Amino acid sequence: MSEEQIKNLEEQFEARIARDEKIEPKDWMPEKYRKTHIRQMSQHAHSEIVGMLPEGNWITRAPSLRRKVALLAKVQDEAGHGLYLYSATETLGISRDEMYEQLHTGKAKYSSIFNYPTVTWADMGAIGWLVDGAAIINQVPLCNTSYGPYARAMIRVCKEESFHQRQGYEIMIKLANGTPEQKDMAQDALNRWWWPSLMMLGPTDDVSVHTAQSMKWKLKRKSNDDLRQQFIDQTVPQAELIGLTIPDPDLKWNEEKGSYDFGDIDWDEFWQVVKGHGPMNKERMKARVGAWERGEWVRDAAMAHAEKKQERKEK
Amino acid sequence: MKNENLYNYLLGIADNSLILGQRMGELCGHGPSLETDIACTNISLDLFGQVRSYFQYAGKIVGDGRTEDDIAMLRKERDYKNVLLVEQPNTNFAFTIGRQFLFDVYHLIFLAELQKSNDLTLSAIANKCIKEVSYHVRFSSDWVKRLGDGTEESKAKMQEAIDALWTYTDELFHQTEADVAMVAKGIGVDVTKLKEDYYLRVGELLKEATLHVPESKWFQKGGKEGIHTEHLGYLLSDLQYMQRTYPNMEW
Repeated sequence: MSEEQIKNLEEQFEARIARDEKIEPKDWMPEKYRKTHIRQMSQHAHSEIVGMLPEGNWITRAPSLRRKVALLAKVQDEAGHGLYLYSATETLGISRDEMYEQLHTGKAKYSSIFNYPTVTWADMGAIGWLVDGAAIINQVPLCNTSYGPYARAMIRVCKEESFHQRQGYEIMIKLANGTPEQKDMAQDALNRWWWPSLMMLGPTDDVSVHTAQSMKWKLKRKSNDDLRQQFIDQTVPQAELIGLTIPDPDLKWNEEKGSYDFGDIDWDEFWQVVKGHGPMNKERMKARVGAWERGEWVRDAAMAHAEKKQERKEK
Repeated sequence: MKNENLYNYLLGIADNSLILGQRMGELCGHGPSLETDIACTNISLDLFGQVRSYFQYAGKIVGDGRTEDDIAMLRKERDYKNVLLVEQPNTNFAFTIGRQFLFDVYHLIFLAELQKSNDLTLSAIANKCIKEVSYHVRFSSDWVKRLGDGTEESKAKMQEAIDALWTYTDELFHQTEADVAMVAKGIGVDVTKLKEDYYLRVGELLKEATLHVPESKWFQKGGKEGIHTEHLGYLLSDLQYMQRTYPNMEW
């Protein structure tokens, strides 16, 4: 194709997105669009899979059968989201094994929030309430993103995430209305998860890369700072309602702008965790790589068995 | 305690699902592939759902206010009545599958009989569980076949697991005092009558998986009477942790 032809295709492509048309796997797309989507979608899938670990940590110790069943179901949903998102990403011409390889070698990232430890049961509440809450704010706009398979995946993912968020908040309500020990446990979890949850909405707009391009492709519809503000404004009243205190002395309602002012985020901590030096980065990767390596003989056996079956069928 | 035999009978059934569900729950997020991870979690989920039905019923029968969680999490080691098979650890995926398979085959034929119980609640629970367990049998049988008739390595691992777990199969067909009493009333299942069918089904599947049926005639027992392997204590420390550390609280 001549340069002019490509330029033409690109113009048509951008026009389609501007008209809110969906791009489908077999459609022509610029290489950069494909790569950007592989990066973001696989990162999203990896986050679901690594995200199973901190909550999986409490399945055997859940305090009641009802909570255990709900937690199992939730973590299973996350595995389902991972599966769904990996499949959607595969439509862009990369295999799941290649994506795993990128995760295991550290080439691909996943959400940094999962590099924090879940030290008490209340963390199951805080994760559902705050982490899933922040995830929803990030993800709802993606239900209208330009790449069809991603947009459709997000519609389903968001429905389940909002259920998880309510489930997490309900755990917190129960703790906050429980014994003093339970209330302390809830407050302590909020103290530990609040700031990392704010960081989930990404670096501040002045340092955020990729944003302009992503806006055009509808991979992003609001800026990180706007999303963060939305999260804070939505969450503060929820904390007040159950008598918990947001661990930010600078948090204050600003009448004039109709939203909360809040204190400085420790971006050094954010970058430390992103760069692989958070409290649980190494453990999370060890768990994922370990499961993959321990499972190799199992996957080989399944493959060998399927081949034998096929051979027998052909005979 | 009123209805002591029925209560103990229910625990005998439910503890198997409880302990096996706990073992399968340990694997969540650590499976050999995403698909098997989801399947194992799903089995765990089914089993805990069954446990809740049985224990809610057991709580009602005793009628002293004890809840499903009290029954599940606040007994002493010696009061758990599960068979030794289900408490065996997830040594590797072949052990997980072998344990599941050897229990599932029993579970399915047991529930088919329990559906005929003249205790209507129990028969209704069996009716619900059997649908789930039919899926469990299919899942574990398929994997025994894949691993048995897969690679040399997987065959050796699968055979090793079956050989090691075989010693725990005979206990499935032992009767407790509560069993005998409930069979006499037409409520319980006479497990001694399931044995032949069980070994026939297991034998056939192992053959199909190109594995051999272990010849050992030495069997372990004790779980049904509360004498467990050393593995159970650790499993219970996890299961009971919250209820023991924070007594009398609601979650």
